Amino acid sequence: MAIHNRDTFLSNLAANLGRPRRMDGVERPTYSVQPQYDVLNGYSTDDLISVLQEQCNVIHTDFIHTNRDGLSNVLMDTIARYEGKSIIASNDKRNQVYGLDDIYSRLDQELDVHIWDHSLGEANQRIAEQADVGISFSDITLAESATVTLLNNKDNGRSISLLPKTYIAIIPKDTLVPRMTQAAKQLHEADAQGVDVPSCVSFVSGPSNSADIEMNLIVGVHGPIKATYIVVD
Amino acid sequence: MSVKIGDVSYKDRIDKGIENEFMRQAVSSAQGRFRTGRLSQAEELGNWEDWRQLGSEIRTHTLENIDYYLQQLSDQVARRGGNVFFAETAEEANDYIENVVKKKQAKKVVKSKSMVTEEIGLNHCLENIGAEVVESDLGEWILQLDEDPPSHIVTPALHKNKEQIRETFAQKRGYDKSDDPEELAAFAREQLRKDFLSADIGITGCNFAIAESGAITLVTNEGNARMATALPDTQITVMGMERIVPTWEDMEVLVSLLTRAAVGQKLTSYVTSYTGARLEDEIDGPDDYHLVIVDNGRSKILGTEFQSALHCIRCAACINVCPVYRHVGGHAYNSIYPGPIGAVLTPLLDGYEDHKELPYASSLCAACTEACPVKIPLHEQLIRHREIIVEQEKKSPVAEKVMMKGFAKWASNPAAYKLSTKMARTALKPWTRDGNIENGPGPLKGWTDVRDFPAPPKQSFRTWWSNRQKEGKA
Repeated sequence: MAIHNRDTFLSNLAANLGRPRRMDGVERPTYSVQPQYDVLNGYSTDDLISVLQEQCNVIHTDFIHTNRDGLSNVLMDTIARYEGKSIIASNDKRNQVYGLDDIYSRLDQELDVHIWDHSLGEANQRIAEQADVGISFSDITLAESATVTLLNNKDNGRSISLLPKTYIAIIPKDTLVPRMTQAAKQLHEADAQGVDVPSCVSFVSGPSNSADIEMNLIVGVHGPIKATYIVVD
Repeated sequence: MSVKIGDVSYKDRIDKGIENEFMRQAVSSAQGRFRTGRLSQAEELGNWEDWRQLGSEIRTHTLENIDYYLQQLSDQVARRGGNVFFAETAEEANDYIENVVKKKQAKKVVKSKSMVTEEIGLNHCLENIGAEVVESDLGEWILQLDEDPPSHIVTPALHKNKEQIRETFAQKRGYDKSDDPEELAAFAREQLRKDFLSADIGITGCNFAIAESGAITLVTNEGNARMATALPDTQITVMGMERIVPTWEDMEVLVSLLTRAAVGQKLTSYVTSYTGARLEDEIDGPDDYHLVIVDNGRSKILGTEFQSALHCIRCAACINVCPVYRHVGGHAYNSIYPGPIGAVLTPLLDGYEDHKELPYASSLCAACTEACPVKIPLHEQLIRHREIIVEQEKKSPVAEKVMMKGFAKWASNPAAYKLSTKMARTALKPWTRDGNIENGPGPLKGWTDVRDFPAPPKQSFRTWWSNRQKEGKA
């Protein structure tokens, strides 16, 4: 792919900085303070779940804590609460591990359940746009801000957590970390090791919202209007 | 549009702002909420000063090595299937984007909020070649329908009330429901959904470009930026060249500072980092990706005493604490970048000539400097601007120039000085009530329109002093 006008542009910057252009050998300094590592430092996973639960209140997100046996009922209740008739879910390996494959086949008898299928191309987006509920797994869960990190890929489209009216995130307990610091570290280390990061990393904290009209909080603008997090032991 | 919004004089803009009671009330309540949000988040962290220090060190290191990091960024974006265009001027950026639009024969472009595209006047250029441009941020969409410029960099339609918004929707889009904000937003969702699904090209700005991986990070709440990057097949990111960080780790620190300082949130609903074109078998994301990196006057700031103005992460915390902004509102600055950071940045980007009053639109109370999450010494830079304007005398506001010259002559002639201080009390008598001047004439008018001015005392200081000396008290 093409890069245009780079040399003149960057040489001009170096000239204004009063030194030759730097092409290599720049190291990040050790910064004098690192307060990001102090946040929720030493918290156990259960402590982090409590933090997550509390922050869910702030971001207008329903929080449910269950185990693998309870997941089926909790999920079906949540879909019913959202009056979900049509559902789109990611095609995640964890669907099988958590028994979601079975739940989806059962639900499909009464509802319209679509599992993301890249071979169908843009039809996936059209289905997501019409869906009442989108469901996907959190890859890294940030307790402090109640954020699910979605590493989007060909089986886990960005549309699933974006286009449907409501969104449900399944949060495996072992994905919990204190804050964004730990997620950024993972991504930084992947880059440093030459592993390609996903084409899209989405940090999602609850439903979409806006304060653009007279500073009133409006929950539900372009993305989902409601969201539920289900933490699974 | 460009950095400069229009040709109305500074004084008229200020009068308009001060007379707009709704706007002033809205700004004052917004400032209160933003400020409380920021302070409570800072307090919760407990060591906010350490966070600010870290933010400042990251920005300093990045700007000092900006050529290196932009090279790394562009290499990574190209490696991930994207095109990169370095634009020294607004025209170069607009020409490149116009060409992409033409080549794609694109009819509809959907945008998410971007200050830099306002700065380079992109919408106007694209509309000139026949493309329909849709702003999808709720506030920006309201302004676009109403053909009004933004007045705040985070909540651009802050100066409008819900009745006005309802009226705009009704007139421009046949809206027939109430002025309930939720109902208004639901209408925008329904209208803009169609645009997202039918757009040929998505254009966004950039909060932080991550050099090590080529990822562009957008910080939003509404979800419109995710739409604009997930759905259209062609996507263009326009970034001011300084919106860059070395790594994911630096990005997360600055995002943590940005969302707290801007809106008092731990994180916004969406922080999205996307890289280049979509990968094989992916459906969402563009198959044709372009990154346009814009200089447009920024490089002239590098290596100068104002370099740290480029550290700005566009959180608007300085705007939200500024007592001058509180009274005059965003439009009075006549720049798409209002408030203290606007008063620093606008003359640097667009020259002193059209913006020489801006450094004076400050009480120098330093609340801006204290609020800035990356420790830009804003009020010191405003003082420096004033010094430069005065040094180049011809650029200082005419009234001040005339006054200062007059003052110099008058004050250096003892007889004239003595006479006029004596006469002032008598001359101002018609406007004096209870020792105060309430509706003063001439140069006093600006002051007494909003507050009283003490009438000159019966005895001048000089007279008092010489009497005192005569009495042997000195």
